[in-house]
Amino acid sequence: MPAIPQKIIHEYLRHDKKFPHVWCAGCSNGIVLGSIIRAIAGMNLSRNDIVMVSGIGCSSRMPVYVDFNTLHTLHGRAIAFATGIKLHKPHLKVIVVTGDGDCAAIGGNHLIHAARRNIDLSVIMLNNNIYGMTGGQVSPTTPYEAYATTAPYGNIEPDFDVCKLAIGAGATYVARTTAFHTQETQNMVKEAIEHPGFALIEVICACPVIYGRLNKKGGAPEMMKEMRDNSIPLSAVDKLPPEKVQGKIIRGVLHKDIRPEYCAQYAELMKKAQAQGGSK
Amino acid sequence: MSNSESKNSNTTTIKENKTNSTSKVEELQNQKGRKTVLMQGNEAVAYGALDAGCNFFAGYPITPSTEIAEILAAELPKRGGVFVQMEDELGSICAIIGASLAGAKALTATSGPGFSLMQEGIGFARSTETPCVVVDVQRVGPSTGMPTSCAQGDIQQSRWGTHGDSPAIVLYPDSVKESYELTIRAINLSEKYRTCVILLLDEVLGHMREAVRLPDISNVRVISRIKPTVPPHWYKHYEDNEKYPFPLASFGEGYRFHVTGLTHDALGFPTNKPNEAAEMMARLKKKITYNIRDLVQIESFQMDDAKIAVFAAGITARSAKAAVVMARKEGIPAGLLRPLTIWPFPDDAVRKMLRNVDIVIVPELNQGQLVREIERLVKDRSDSKLIKIQRVDSKLIPPQDILQKIKEGM
Repeated sequence: MPAIPQKIIHEYLRHDKKFPHVWCAGCSNGIVLGSIIRAIAGMNLSRNDIVMVSGIGCSSRMPVYVDFNTLHTLHGRAIAFATGIKLHKPHLKVIVVTGDGDCAAIGGNHLIHAARRNIDLSVIMLNNNIYGMTGGQVSPTTPYEAYATTAPYGNIEPDFDVCKLAIGAGATYVARTTAFHTQETQNMVKEAIEHPGFALIEVICACPVIYGRLNKKGGAPEMMKEMRDNSIPLSAVDKLPPEKVQGKIIRGVLHKDIRPEYCAQYAELMKKAQAQGGSK
Repeated sequence: MSNSESKNSNTTTIKENKTNSTSKVEELQNQKGRKTVLMQGNEAVAYGALDAGCNFFAGYPITPSTEIAEILAAELPKRGGVFVQMEDELGSICAIIGASLAGAKALTATSGPGFSLMQEGIGFARSTETPCVVVDVQRVGPSTGMPTSCAQGDIQQSRWGTHGDSPAIVLYPDSVKESYELTIRAINLSEKYRTCVILLLDEVLGHMREAVRLPDISNVRVISRIKPTVPPHWYKHYEDNEKYPFPLASFGEGYRFHVTGLTHDALGFPTNKPNEAAEMMARLKKKITYNIRDLVQIESFQMDDAKIAVFAAGITARSAKAAVVMARKEGIPAGLLRPLTIWPFPDDAVRKMLRNVDIVIVPELNQGQLVREIERLVKDRSDSKLIKIQRVDSKLIPPQDILQKIKEGM
């Protein structure tokens, strides 16, 4: 990881206003925030041109701490708010920070339709496999048979592969990493922001205080080690025997293609409408 | 307020705001450029939105409001505005709030079921003081009800539909022309008082065609938010003030403010401090109560010597006015009071106008929503009688039914 001077971190955080943060000790959210800030700091973007939008949940508390245009919205609706912002001011870089419940349960419809439109949003989904803010309820990404306060006998539902969902819906940049892999996260955030279309990054996160406790995962260090040992890069998948891939988190850019971006399409539509004549 | 907001009517329009009370009928008729055309209420809303400078519409198809979306889908791109059909009404209200935060004049249109889905977003716009307009073309409910039939069932929902205490501004036209005028006024008020303003329409009005001559665009008074001029580090997105409009920054203009639906302080950051929560709630309430004269519009027809008053809004007021005319022909001293602003409810104006009235008749297309407010105002008066006419079978109340009650009252 290249050293980023402390002062750059300070420049991007509202350090004089909103700290200490709300996240528990051992939570991955701060690590991911660090990766996001380092990515942006390396991109020569004006803070005035960045909008960070979130929904509701632990990870969705992130915008309050950063010195951008920031919007903390309703549960599940971050992508819809972001769509409005991006369409009105397409030059803004709109980053959506969301969680697994916010993005894949209550907000699932907005996710798939934004992906289908290929609108230029960078969605960073922090997946901690549980509803942390409300105290540990089962989420659409809680693994099969894992425990949650609303799955006290083990989860009987299969978990969502949100990356596959996004690819199926038409997202043009889809990547997965973990909070342990900070440099990888940073690179992906940069790529997602630069990508001209709908980008989704799933960052596997640790919630040691709730998910870890309910599922006897040990503390934060053990969960970090698990992210390291239980994940393999996409590039290694083909070289490994299937049994070594089974059950692992596959990290890397899972999908990337280029097709017309929604705001650009809309700009073309406006030209067409204007060429066809004035108002009634 | 503006020329376009004045009342084209041969009746006396008494508005609480005295400066706006002059009739602009003659001016409108003398304008050149726009012809008299046959127009639907929904069309009038769409053209009102465009004339008020609306440049962002996000919506979802629903009968009987869809024509508004269809017209704006054709017209907005021609004028450099955005039309987007969202995946549902939840997305629609959120997209217009997002666009407004980025500086757009944003509007959505829906009907009962969609209006219910938008309630959480409406509360967000009111809490975060973000200008936007929601048009609700009411249809028969509850639930899916009768999509192409008329009811006035959303009167209380438009005030109390979202959870928590919040201010509401709700306008209610009774004609196609007035649908145009009140759409402009709704957008103006949303920009001025930075809140979500609701325009209630009746299904019949949305689809009914009337001959309308829209004013020349140069005669439409448009209010837009003012931009802050202070350095960014001085800017407070929620400064307590008594004067509206006051400067409002948008995303991407260098101010980098925070917006949250959580209870927030003057800078917009979430707070748990009781004094800051109290300040925010007081500001939301004060912006309505301190500006009631600017917000309230009420039409008073034949009320000077009236002993019997009909209090009605929207399409029902059309029947009521016909009933009053018939009663007057028979020598009965009847009059009509019609609120153009139903929320905030015009308490003082109505109380004053009902002072010399013996009987109040409240006809409405629901099981008693508007009448609750009149009951509240006359409950201490032993000298007045309240007569209710309520109809919920999808049909309008004909003037004869109201006339009959007027006669029974005598």
